[in-house]
Amino acid sequence: MERSKSDIWVGLFVLIGAAALLFLALQSANLLSISFQPTYRVIAKFDNIGGLKRQAAVKSAGVVVGRVESIGFDDKSYQARVTLALDSRYAFPKDSSLKILTSGLLGEQYVGVEAGADEKNLAAGDTIGNTQSAVVLENLIGQFLYNKAADGNSAGTAQKK
Amino acid sequence: MSWYNPANVGFATRAKLADLGHGARLFARLVTFFGAAMRRFGLVRDQIHFLGNYSLAIIAVSGLFVGFVLGLQGYYTLQRYGSSEALGLLVALSLVRELGPVVTALLFAGRAGTSLTAEIGLMKAGEQLSAMEMMAVDPVRRVLAPRFWGGVIAMPILAAVFSAVGILGGWVVGVVLIGVDPGAFWGQMQGGVDWWRDVGNGVVKSLVFGVTVTFIALLEGFEAQPTPEGVSRATTRTVVVASLSVLGLDFILTAMMFSI
Repeated sequence: MERSKSDIWVGLFVLIGAAALLFLALQSANLLSISFQPTYRVIAKFDNIGGLKRQAAVKSAGVVVGRVESIGFDDKSYQARVTLALDSRYAFPKDSSLKILTSGLLGEQYVGVEAGADEKNLAAGDTIGNTQSAVVLENLIGQFLYNKAADGNSAGTAQKK
Repeated sequence: MSWYNPANVGFATRAKLADLGHGARLFARLVTFFGAAMRRFGLVRDQIHFLGNYSLAIIAVSGLFVGFVLGLQGYYTLQRYGSSEALGLLVALSLVRELGPVVTALLFAGRAGTSLTAEIGLMKAGEQLSAMEMMAVDPVRRVLAPRFWGGVIAMPILAAVFSAVGILGGWVVGVVLIGVDPGAFWGQMQGGVDWWRDVGNGVVKSLVFGVTVTFIALLEGFEAQPTPEGVSRATTRTVVVASLSVLGLDFILTAMMFSI
Protein backbone atom coordinates (compact mmCIF):
# COMPACT_ATOMS: atom_id res chain seq x y z
CA MET A 1 0.00 0.00 0.00
CA GLU A 2 1.23 3.45 -0.83
CA ARG A 3 2.45 5.62 2.03
CA SER A 4 1.71 9.27 2.26
CA LYS A 5 2.17 12.24 4.54
CA SER A 6 -1.44 12.15 5.66
CA ASP A 7 -0.81 8.71 7.22
CA ILE A 8 0.75 10.32 10.26
CA TRP A 9 -1.98 12.87 10.66
CA VAL A 10 -4.80 10.37 10.27
CA GLY A 11 -3.05 8.11 12.74
CA LEU A 12 -2.80 11.00 15.16
CA PHE A 13 -6.47 11.81 14.62
CA VAL A 14 -7.54 8.26 15.39
CA LEU A 15 -5.24 8.23 18.42
CA ILE A 16 -6.82 11.44 19.76
CA GLY A 17 -10.25 9.89 19.29
CA ALA A 18 -9.22 6.74 21.14
CA ALA A 19 -7.73 8.85 23.93
CA ALA A 20 -10.96 10.84 24.21
CA LEU A 21 -13.03 7.66 24.43
CA LEU A 22 -10.64 6.22 26.99
CA PHE A 23 -10.95 9.43 28.99
CA LEU A 24 -14.74 9.22 28.86
CA ALA A 25 -14.76 5.58 29.84
CA LEU A 26 -12.21 5.81 32.64
CA GLN A 27 -12.54 9.30 34.05
CA SER A 28 -16.24 9.94 33.66
CA ALA A 29 -17.76 6.47 33.73
CA ASN A 30 -15.11 4.92 35.95
CA LEU A 31 -14.97 1.71 33.99
CA LEU A 32 -12.18 0.35 36.16
CA SER A 33 -14.41 0.23 39.22
CA ILE A 34 -16.80 -2.21 37.58
CA SER A 35 -16.01 -5.36 39.43
CA PHE A 36 -15.73 -8.58 37.57
CA GLN A 37 -15.97 -10.36 40.87
CA PRO A 38 -18.05 -13.51 40.80
CA THR A 39 -21.48 -13.01 42.32
CA TYR A 40 -24.30 -15.14 43.68
CA ARG A 41 -27.98 -14.41 43.25
CA VAL A 42 -30.42 -14.06 46.08
CA ILE A 43 -34.12 -13.32 45.74
CA ALA A 44 -35.88 -10.90 48.04
CA LYS A 45 -39.60 -10.16 48.30
CA PHE A 46 -40.70 -6.68 49.23
CA ASP A 47 -44.21 -5.35 49.86
CA ASN A 48 -43.20 -2.06 48.26
CA ILE A 49 -39.91 -1.15 46.63
CA GLY A 50 -40.65 2.56 46.22
CA GLY A 51 -38.24 4.02 43.67
CA LEU A 52 -35.65 1.24 43.67
CA LYS A 53 -34.03 0.78 40.28
CA ARG A 54 -31.95 -1.85 38.54
CA GLN A 55 -28.22 -1.51 39.22
CA ALA A 56 -28.95 0.14 42.57
CA ALA A 57 -26.37 -0.60 45.23
CA VAL A 58 -26.76 -3.25 47.91
CA LYS A 59 -24.96 -2.03 51.00
CA SER A 60 -24.14 -3.52 54.34
CA ALA A 61 -22.76 -1.20 57.00
CA GLY A 62 -22.39 1.40 54.25
CA VAL A 63 -20.13 -0.77 52.07
CA VAL A 64 -21.32 -1.80 48.61
CA VAL A 65 -21.60 -5.58 48.62
CA GLY A 66 -23.69 -6.11 45.47
CA ARG A 67 -26.15 -4.74 42.94
CA VAL A 68 -29.84 -5.06 42.23
CA GLU A 69 -29.95 -7.26 39.16
CA SER A 70 -33.61 -7.29 38.23
CA ILE A 71 -36.97 -6.26 39.56
CA GLY A 72 -40.17 -8.13 38.84
CA PHE A 73 -43.64 -8.70 40.20
CA ASP A 74 -44.81 -11.90 41.81
CA ASP A 75 -48.52 -12.34 41.08
CA LYS A 76 -48.89 -15.16 43.63
CA SER A 77 -48.01 -13.16 46.69
CA TYR A 78 -48.53 -9.74 45.08
CA GLN A 79 -45.08 -8.66 46.13
CA ALA A 80 -42.11 -7.19 44.33
CA ARG A 81 -39.51 -9.80 43.50
CA VAL A 82 -36.02 -8.30 43.54
CA THR A 83 -33.01 -10.32 42.43
CA LEU A 84 -29.80 -9.23 44.13
CA ALA A 85 -26.34 -10.11 42.86
CA LEU A 86 -24.09 -10.25 45.92
CA ASP A 87 -20.31 -10.40 45.77
CA SER A 88 -19.15 -13.97 46.32
CA ARG A 89 -16.42 -12.84 48.71
CA TYR A 90 -19.07 -11.67 51.19
CA ALA A 91 -21.23 -14.21 53.00
CA PHE A 92 -24.30 -13.34 55.04
CA PRO A 93 -26.23 -15.41 57.58
CA LYS A 94 -29.44 -16.99 56.34
CA ASP A 95 -31.69 -14.87 58.55
CA SER A 96 -30.27 -11.54 57.40
CA SER A 97 -32.88 -8.85 56.86
CA LEU A 98 -33.18 -6.32 54.06
CA LYS A 99 -34.37 -2.73 54.08
CA ILE A 100 -34.86 -0.24 51.31
CA LEU A 101 -33.11 2.94 52.35
CA THR A 102 -32.47 6.33 50.81
CA SER A 103 -29.06 7.96 50.71
CA GLY A 104 -29.63 11.51 51.85
CA LEU A 105 -32.98 13.26 51.78
CA LEU A 106 -33.54 13.13 48.02
CA GLY A 107 -30.84 10.65 47.06
CA GLU A 108 -30.85 7.30 45.34
CA GLN A 109 -32.55 4.34 46.95
CA TYR A 110 -30.50 1.32 47.85
CA VAL A 111 -30.94 -1.99 49.61
CA GLY A 112 -29.46 -2.25 53.07
CA VAL A 113 -28.47 -5.67 54.44
CA GLU A 114 -28.49 -6.28 58.17
CA ALA A 115 -26.72 -9.45 59.13
CA GLY A 116 -28.61 -11.97 61.24
CA ALA A 117 -27.27 -14.55 63.66
CA ASP A 118 -27.90 -17.84 61.85
CA GLU A 119 -24.94 -20.18 61.54
CA LYS A 120 -25.77 -21.11 57.97
CA ASN A 121 -24.98 -18.62 55.23
CA LEU A 122 -27.10 -17.50 52.30
CA ALA A 123 -26.55 -19.58 49.19
CA ALA A 124 -27.34 -18.87 45.56
CA GLY A 125 -31.08 -18.99 44.85
CA ASP A 126 -32.16 -18.44 48.45
CA THR A 127 -35.14 -16.24 49.17
CA ILE A 128 -35.07 -13.62 51.87
CA GLY A 129 -38.48 -13.00 53.36
CA ASN A 130 -37.48 -10.77 56.24
CA THR A 131 -37.69 -7.43 54.47
CA GLN A 132 -38.79 -3.91 55.20
CA SER A 133 -40.45 -1.87 52.48
CA ALA A 134 -39.41 1.51 51.23
CA VAL A 135 -40.86 4.43 53.08
CA VAL A 136 -43.60 5.94 50.95
CA LEU A 137 -44.17 9.54 51.89
CA GLU A 138 -47.89 9.49 51.03
CA ASN A 139 -48.55 6.52 53.34
CA LEU A 140 -46.58 8.21 56.09
CA ILE A 141 -48.64 11.40 55.79
CA GLY A 142 -51.86 9.39 55.58
CA GLN A 143 -50.95 7.47 58.73
CA PHE A 144 -50.08 10.68 60.50
CA LEU A 145 -53.39 12.29 59.60
CA TYR A 146 -55.30 9.15 60.58
CA ASN A 147 -53.59 9.04 63.98
CA LYS A 148 -54.31 12.73 64.50
CA ALA A 149 -57.97 12.18 63.68
CA ALA A 150 -58.15 9.17 66.00
CA ASP A 151 -56.55 11.20 68.79
CA GLY A 152 -59.01 14.03 68.22
CA ASN A 153 -61.98 11.62 68.35
CA SER A 154 -60.90 9.87 71.54
CA ALA A 155 -60.25 13.25 73.14
CA GLY A 156 -63.79 14.31 72.16
CA THR A 157 -65.44 11.18 73.58
CA ALA A 158 -63.39 11.50 76.75
CA GLN A 159 -64.72 15.01 77.28
CA LYS A 160 -68.34 13.87 76.78
CA LYS A 161 -68.00 11.34 79.54
CA MET B 1 -48.43 23.67 -13.32
CA SER B 2 -50.85 23.96 -10.45
CA TRP B 3 -50.81 22.00 -7.26
CA TYR B 4 -54.54 21.13 -7.37
CA ASN B 5 -54.40 19.57 -10.81
CA PRO B 6 -54.51 15.79 -10.15
CA ALA B 7 -52.12 15.05 -12.99
CA ASN B 8 -49.50 17.40 -11.54
CA VAL B 9 -49.95 16.02 -8.03
CA GLY B 10 -49.52 12.52 -9.36
CA PHE B 11 -46.43 13.53 -11.31
CA ALA B 12 -44.87 15.20 -8.28
CA THR B 13 -45.63 12.19 -6.06
CA ARG B 14 -44.09 9.79 -8.58
CA ALA B 15 -41.02 12.01 -8.87
CA LYS B 16 -40.61 12.11 -5.08
CA LEU B 17 -41.05 8.33 -4.83
CA ALA B 18 -38.45 7.83 -7.54
CA ASP B 19 -36.04 10.15 -5.68
CA LEU B 20 -36.57 8.14 -2.52
CA GLY B 21 -35.96 4.85 -4.26
CA HIS B 22 -32.88 6.23 -5.99
CA GLY B 23 -31.53 7.47 -2.66
CA ALA B 24 -32.15 4.12 -0.98
CA ARG B 25 -30.42 2.29 -3.82
CA LEU B 26 -27.40 4.59 -3.59
CA PHE B 27 -27.28 4.00 0.17
CA ALA B 28 -27.39 0.24 -0.28
CA ARG B 29 -24.56 0.43 -2.83
CA LEU B 30 -22.44 2.59 -0.53
CA VAL B 31 -22.91 0.11 2.31
CA THR B 32 -21.99 -2.87 0.13
CA PHE B 33 -18.83 -1.07 -1.00
CA PHE B 34 -17.47 -1.23 2.57
CA GLY B 35 -15.13 -4.05 1.64
CA ALA B 36 -14.02 -2.38 -1.56
CA ALA B 37 -13.35 0.87 0.28
CA MET B 38 -11.30 -0.87 2.95
CA ARG B 39 -9.21 -2.69 0.35
CA ARG B 40 -8.16 0.67 -1.07
CA PHE B 41 -7.71 2.20 2.33
CA GLY B 42 -5.51 4.99 0.98
CA LEU B 43 -8.58 6.71 -0.47
CA VAL B 44 -10.51 6.39 2.81
CA ARG B 45 -7.49 7.61 4.75
CA ASP B 46 -7.27 10.76 2.65
CA GLN B 47 -10.96 11.41 3.31
CA ILE B 48 -10.57 10.88 7.06
CA HIS B 49 -7.70 13.33 6.88
CA PHE B 50 -9.81 15.85 4.99
CA LEU B 51 -13.09 15.38 6.89
CA GLY B 52 -11.75 14.51 10.33
CA ASN B 53 -8.41 16.21 10.94
CA TYR B 54 -9.48 19.50 9.46
CA SER B 55 -12.70 19.49 11.54
CA LEU B 56 -10.78 18.80 14.74
CA ALA B 57 -10.07 22.45 15.53
CA ILE B 58 -13.66 23.66 15.23
CA ILE B 59 -14.97 20.62 17.13
CA ALA B 60 -12.48 20.97 19.97
CA VAL B 61 -13.03 24.72 20.36
CA SER B 62 -16.83 24.32 20.25
CA GLY B 63 -16.62 21.51 22.80
CA LEU B 64 -14.52 23.65 25.11
CA PHE B 65 -16.97 26.54 25.02
CA VAL B 66 -20.03 24.31 25.35
CA GLY B 67 -18.34 22.81 28.43
CA PHE B 68 -17.65 26.31 29.81
CA VAL B 69 -21.27 27.34 29.37
CA LEU B 70 -22.59 24.07 30.82
CA GLY B 71 -20.38 24.63 33.86
CA LEU B 72 -21.69 28.16 34.39
CA GLN B 73 -25.36 27.44 33.71
CA GLY B 74 -25.35 24.12 35.54
CA TYR B 75 -23.75 25.68 38.59
CA TYR B 76 -26.33 28.50 38.60
CA THR B 77 -29.22 26.02 38.59
CA LEU B 78 -27.71 23.42 40.91
CA GLN B 79 -26.64 25.81 43.64
CA ARG B 80 -30.28 26.85 44.05
CA TYR B 81 -30.92 23.34 45.29
CA GLY B 82 -27.72 23.24 47.25
CA SER B 83 -26.28 20.43 45.18
CA SER B 84 -23.51 22.11 43.22
CA GLU B 85 -21.32 19.00 43.74
CA ALA B 86 -23.48 17.29 41.11
CA LEU B 87 -22.06 19.71 38.52
CA GLY B 88 -19.64 17.09 37.17
CA LEU B 89 -22.48 14.61 36.69
CA LEU B 90 -24.65 17.19 34.95
CA VAL B 91 -21.88 18.28 32.58
CA ALA B 92 -20.78 14.73 31.76
CA LEU B 93 -24.27 13.33 31.22
CA SER B 94 -25.48 16.17 29.03
CA LEU B 95 -22.33 16.03 26.92
CA VAL B 96 -21.99 12.28 26.56
CA ARG B 97 -25.65 11.55 25.99
CA GLU B 98 -26.89 14.52 23.99
CA LEU B 99 -24.72 17.47 23.17
CA GLY B 100 -21.61 15.60 22.11
CA PRO B 101 -23.17 13.59 19.27
CA VAL B 102 -25.76 16.20 18.23
CA VAL B 103 -23.67 19.36 18.20
CA THR B 104 -20.80 17.49 16.56
CA ALA B 105 -23.15 16.24 13.86
CA LEU B 106 -24.50 19.74 13.22
CA LEU B 107 -20.99 21.18 13.02
CA PHE B 108 -19.88 18.25 10.89
CA ALA B 109 -22.74 18.91 8.46
CA GLY B 110 -21.67 22.54 8.18
CA ARG B 111 -17.94 21.97 8.06
CA ALA B 112 -17.53 18.68 6.17
CA GLY B 113 -20.95 17.93 4.64
CA THR B 114 -21.05 21.12 2.60
CA SER B 115 -17.58 20.57 1.20
CA LEU B 116 -18.54 17.03 0.17
CA THR B 117 -21.69 18.23 -1.59
CA ALA B 118 -19.88 21.04 -3.39
CA GLU B 119 -17.05 18.74 -4.43
CA ILE B 120 -19.31 16.02 -5.82
CA GLY B 121 -21.66 18.59 -7.37
CA LEU B 122 -18.80 20.31 -9.17
CA MET B 123 -17.40 16.98 -10.31
CA LYS B 124 -20.82 16.28 -11.78
CA ALA B 125 -21.15 19.76 -13.32
CA GLY B 126 -17.67 19.38 -14.85
CA GLU B 127 -18.73 15.98 -16.22
CA GLN B 128 -15.86 14.29 -14.39
CA LEU B 129 -18.25 11.63 -13.09
CA SER B 130 -19.51 10.93 -16.63
CA ALA B 131 -15.91 10.77 -17.83
CA MET B 132 -15.13 8.16 -15.19
CA GLU B 133 -18.10 6.09 -16.29
CA MET B 134 -16.82 6.30 -19.87
CA MET B 135 -13.55 4.77 -18.65
CA ALA B 136 -15.54 1.97 -16.99
CA VAL B 137 -14.70 3.31 -13.53
CA ASP B 138 -17.71 3.29 -11.22
CA PRO B 139 -17.88 6.78 -9.66
CA VAL B 140 -19.92 5.47 -6.72
CA ARG B 141 -17.18 2.99 -5.94
CA ARG B 142 -14.21 5.23 -6.66
CA VAL B 143 -15.44 8.66 -5.50
CA LEU B 144 -18.47 8.29 -3.24
CA ALA B 145 -17.72 5.17 -1.19
CA PRO B 146 -14.35 6.37 0.26
CA ARG B 147 -15.93 9.69 1.21
CA PHE B 148 -18.87 7.93 2.83
CA TRP B 149 -16.77 5.58 4.94
CA GLY B 150 -14.27 8.32 5.74
CA GLY B 151 -17.10 10.44 7.14
CA VAL B 152 -18.63 7.51 9.03
CA ILE B 153 -15.28 6.73 10.68
CA ALA B 154 -14.41 10.36 11.44
CA MET B 155 -17.71 11.32 13.07
CA PRO B 156 -17.62 9.16 16.27
CA ILE B 157 -14.01 10.19 16.85
CA LEU B 158 -14.95 13.85 16.59
CA ALA B 159 -17.93 13.36 18.93
CA ALA B 160 -15.72 11.64 21.51
CA VAL B 161 -13.23 14.51 21.30
CA PHE B 162 -16.08 16.99 21.68
CA SER B 163 -17.40 15.29 24.83
CA ALA B 164 -13.96 14.86 26.39
CA VAL B 165 -12.94 18.46 25.74
CA GLY B 166 -16.37 19.64 26.96
CA ILE B 167 -15.94 17.80 30.26
CA LEU B 168 -12.52 19.42 30.66
CA GLY B 169 -14.18 22.78 29.93
CA GLY B 170 -16.80 22.10 32.60
CA TRP B 171 -14.00 21.18 34.97
CA VAL B 172 -12.13 24.42 34.25
CA VAL B 173 -15.20 26.55 35.00
CA GLY B 174 -16.61 24.46 37.84
CA VAL B 175 -13.50 23.48 39.75
CA VAL B 176 -10.83 26.00 38.78
CA LEU B 177 -12.91 29.19 38.46
CA ILE B 178 -15.95 28.67 40.72
CA GLY B 179 -14.35 26.35 43.22
CA VAL B 180 -16.55 23.24 43.31
CA ASP B 181 -14.81 20.49 45.23
CA PRO B 182 -12.82 18.47 42.66
CA GLY B 183 -13.37 15.20 44.54
CA ALA B 184 -17.13 15.65 44.44
CA PHE B 185 -16.99 16.84 40.81
CA TRP B 186 -15.29 13.67 39.56
CA GLY B 187 -16.84 11.37 42.17
CA GLN B 188 -20.43 12.29 41.31
CA MET B 189 -19.57 11.95 37.63
CA GLN B 190 -18.07 8.51 38.07
CA GLY B 191 -20.96 7.41 40.23
CA GLY B 192 -23.61 8.51 37.77
CA VAL B 193 -22.20 7.86 34.30
CA ASP B 194 -22.49 4.31 33.07
CA TRP B 195 -19.87 3.30 30.53
CA TRP B 196 -22.25 1.39 28.29
CA ARG B 197 -25.65 2.99 28.86
CA ASP B 198 -24.29 6.52 28.56
CA VAL B 199 -20.90 6.50 26.84
CA GLY B 200 -21.64 3.51 24.60
CA ASN B 201 -25.01 4.82 23.49
CA GLY B 202 -23.43 8.20 22.79
CA VAL B 203 -20.98 6.47 20.45
CA VAL B 204 -23.82 4.59 18.74
CA LYS B 205 -25.66 7.88 18.28
CA SER B 206 -22.65 9.60 16.75
CA LEU B 207 -22.15 6.63 14.40
CA VAL B 208 -25.76 6.90 13.21
CA PHE B 209 -25.39 10.66 12.76
CA GLY B 210 -22.14 10.13 10.85
CA VAL B 211 -23.94 7.82 8.41
CA THR B 212 -26.86 10.27 8.12
CA VAL B 213 -24.88 13.45 7.54
CA THR B 214 -22.33 11.95 5.17
CA PHE B 215 -24.94 10.14 3.14
CA ILE B 216 -27.17 13.21 2.80
CA ALA B 217 -24.19 15.32 1.74
CA LEU B 218 -23.16 12.79 -0.89
CA LEU B 219 -26.70 12.26 -2.16
CA GLU B 220 -27.33 15.99 -2.53
CA GLY B 221 -24.06 16.41 -4.40
CA PHE B 222 -24.71 13.39 -6.61
CA GLU B 223 -28.24 14.53 -7.44
CA ALA B 224 -27.39 18.22 -7.88
CA GLN B 225 -28.35 20.06 -11.06
CA PRO B 226 -25.06 20.32 -12.97
CA THR B 227 -25.03 24.12 -12.91
CA PRO B 228 -23.43 26.66 -10.54
CA GLU B 229 -26.89 27.46 -9.21
CA GLY B 230 -27.74 23.81 -8.76
CA VAL B 231 -24.54 23.16 -6.78
CA SER B 232 -25.19 26.10 -4.48
CA ARG B 233 -28.76 24.93 -3.93
CA ALA B 234 -27.58 21.39 -3.19
CA THR B 235 -25.08 22.73 -0.64
CA THR B 236 -27.81 24.65 1.15
CA ARG B 237 -30.08 21.63 1.11
CA THR B 238 -27.31 19.51 2.66
CA VAL B 239 -27.14 21.74 5.72
CA VAL B 240 -30.91 22.03 6.10
CA VAL B 241 -31.80 18.38 5.49
CA ALA B 242 -28.84 16.97 7.44
CA SER B 243 -29.48 19.21 10.46
CA LEU B 244 -33.17 18.40 10.57
CA SER B 245 -32.54 14.68 10.10
CA VAL B 246 -30.00 14.69 12.92
CA LEU B 247 -32.39 16.43 15.31
CA GLY B 248 -35.30 14.18 14.36
CA LEU B 249 -33.22 11.00 14.54
CA ASP B 250 -31.83 12.13 17.87
CA PHE B 251 -35.33 12.19 19.32
CA ILE B 252 -36.06 8.69 18.03
CA LEU B 253 -32.72 7.29 19.18
CA THR B 254 -33.04 8.86 22.62
CA ALA B 255 -36.55 7.48 23.00
CA MET B 256 -35.30 4.02 22.01
CA MET B 257 -32.11 3.96 24.10
CA PHE B 258 -33.03 5.68 27.31
CA SER B 259 -36.70 4.82 27.67
CA ILE B 260 -36.75 3.08 31.00
